[in-house]
Amino acid sequence: MNLLVCISKTPETTAKIAFKENDTQFDTDGVQFIMNPYDEWYALVRAIELKEQLGTGKVIAINVGPPSNDIVIRKALAIGADEAVRVNGEEKSATFVSKQIANYAKENNIDIVFLGKETIDYNGSLVGGMISELLDVPFLSYASNLEMEGDTATVTCDIEGGEEILKVKTPFVISAAKGLAEQRIPNMRGIMMAKRKPLVVIDPVEVTENEAIASYSIPDSKSGVKLLDPENMDELVRLLHEEAKVI
Amino acid sequence: MSVLVFAEAINNKYKKSSLEVVNYGAKLASSQGSNVIVLTNASADAAAELGKYGAQKVLNFESDSLHDNKMLSQIISDVANSHNADTVILSDNSKGKSLAGRIAIKLDAAAVSSATTLPNLEDGFVVQKSLFSGKAIGHYQMKASKKVITVAGNSIGLEEMGQPVAAEAFDASAYNATVEMVETKRVEGTVPLPEAELVVSAGRGMKGPENWGIIEDLAKTLGATTACSRPVADTGWRPHHEHVGQTGIAIKPNLYIAIGISGAIQHLAGVNHSKTIVVINKDPEAPFFKAADYGIVADLFDVVPRLTEALQKFKAS
Ligand SMILES: Cc1cc2nc3c(=O)[nH]c(=O)nc-3n(C[C@H](O)[C@H](O)[C@H](O)COP(=O)(O)OP(=O)(O)OC[C@H]3O[C@@H](n4cnc5c(N)ncnc54)[C@H](O)[C@@H]3O)c2cc1C
Ligand SMILES: Nc1ncnc2c1ncn2[C@@H]1O[C@H](COP(=O)(O)O)[C@@H](O)[C@H]1O
Repeated sequence: MNLLVCISKTPETTAKIAFKENDTQFDTDGVQFIMNPYDEWYALVRAIELKEQLGTGKVIAINVGPPSNDIVIRKALAIGADEAVRVNGEEKSATFVSKQIANYAKENNIDIVFLGKETIDYNGSLVGGMISELLDVPFLSYASNLEMEGDTATVTCDIEGGEEILKVKTPFVISAAKGLAEQRIPNMRGIMMAKRKPLVVIDPVEVTENEAIASYSIPDSKSGVKLLDPENMDELVRLLHEEAKVI
Repeated sequence: MSVLVFAEAINNKYKKSSLEVVNYGAKLASSQGSNVIVLTNASADAAAELGKYGAQKVLNFESDSLHDNKMLSQIISDVANSHNADTVILSDNSKGKSLAGRIAIKLDAAAVSSATTLPNLEDGFVVQKSLFSGKAIGHYQMKASKKVITVAGNSIGLEEMGQPVAAEAFDASAYNATVEMVETKRVEGTVPLPEAELVVSAGRGMKGPENWGIIEDLAKTLGATTACSRPVADTGWRPHHEHVGQTGIAIKPNLYIAIGISGAIQHLAGVNHSKTIVVINKDPEAPFFKAADYGIVADLFDVVPRLTEALQKFKAS
């Protein structure tokens, strides 16, 4: 089976967030980037496990982004992807990214596309549905378990306050939530091997921009905490009722 | 031109998030001078109630199974096309977000998920959404003539703004599922975390799972849902579905009470949009106090039972 894993990068979670060009661009100066946790911990690892279980097939990591993303892609190879592809373009919008990935999947006979349930910076959660539609295949979203038997998958999908257990045949797209796999830390051997694995760079297909971030702003911060006397919980209850009006 | 809303029902009942999208669609339509159509998977009786939240026309098909987003996105797109809708509004939950991307491709529409504001129509069509763990707001210009929006819960409030309308049956029998449903499991009893208005959450300050009785007592007294920090779920002190934060569930309740949680940025990312935050921590330097509205610097084992008592007194009065 050919398994394609979508890998994105995101600012390291404690990174300072600032903007430039009149608040129209994210200032990446001094920002450390990491692989999006849902992609790294769950989507990628489950794809690798599946290949190991089947004993055949390959795991291809794909990223849409600039050359500076190669470091994140190399990490995917170090964790265990067999090969990698980078579509050389700025990740302008979910539509742009999805069309690049769907295009690659169509041309390369992919059985399952794995991705993260969302990126933790922009929290779009749109790419999976878009790729599925472009490929005209089912989309199993927020998956916390995947078992394969032949070409049939049984997938547990998280829904609000519960889960759905679904059955589907390949090809399909699956987005990973917590639980789909256990995080793997790349070892020295993996890191060395990653250097010899292929990382192919391809040109993007053209996409019309349907939406764009016109500007960024910083939310109003809290006005400051009101510290209360631990001996007087009646006062907290009164404030929650009368001032905050939440109870 | 019209606005199409999909309002999800579970067993012929609507959650607040489904009513909110109807409200959102109605308000958008009125600001554009267009009309709002609501498509829903409930009985005609249940569906008629959506008129109260602003629906002008309601189309219903009875189905409890919305598990196949391929089929459902086809239904919604077909209705959008046949009713000349240029904007599709969905709930910002696992279903709505999975549908949004598909529908955006079908309609060649601009898509934004988790919008927190109504579109600003003064300068094109701009909606806001929270980015970078709540550290910034993105102002999205939706340029394409068609749009798909999922609306973040608790963003624009919920109000009654109309009368029930008779629902028209929509025939969905010609659509076939491509995914087989094996089983749906729902947590019974308490309100699921993503929908809870009141949340009591605890962290590693609890010392061990055996101490959670005081948290459960407090939650029960308040009628709140319980949550926890990530290490607490990772070590198995609490079930995984209680884990909130950047890698867990993001929530936006009216009240979030954080007990023995330090307030790491990854935790805050999932909870800092709560309307009111109360922090109980013995360390006055705990970063959570910076994000709090009310703070109590004290030992949680002393103060939590006292808070429960005060609430019981309040409820009884
Ligand atoms: C990529 C990444 C993603 C992450 N995602 C998440 C996430 O989604 N959610 C999440 O929660 N974390 C997440 N984390 C972990 C996060 O960084 C923190 O480690 C975690 O939130 C800390 O949990 P805690 O506050 O329960 O524990 P601690 O940091 O150990 O804090 C315990 C607190 O309890 C207080 N305390 C102790 N005893 C008492 C007492 N008797 N009375 C009162 N107060 C007391 C202490 O003063 C302290 O502030 C993530 C980390 C990374 C790197
Ligand atoms: N630039 C990108 N390159 C490759 N995959 C991506 C990219 N952006 C997003 N993805 C994938 O799509 C998932 C969901 O992203 P989003 O819809 O943007 O929240 C991520 O977890 C990745 O798996």
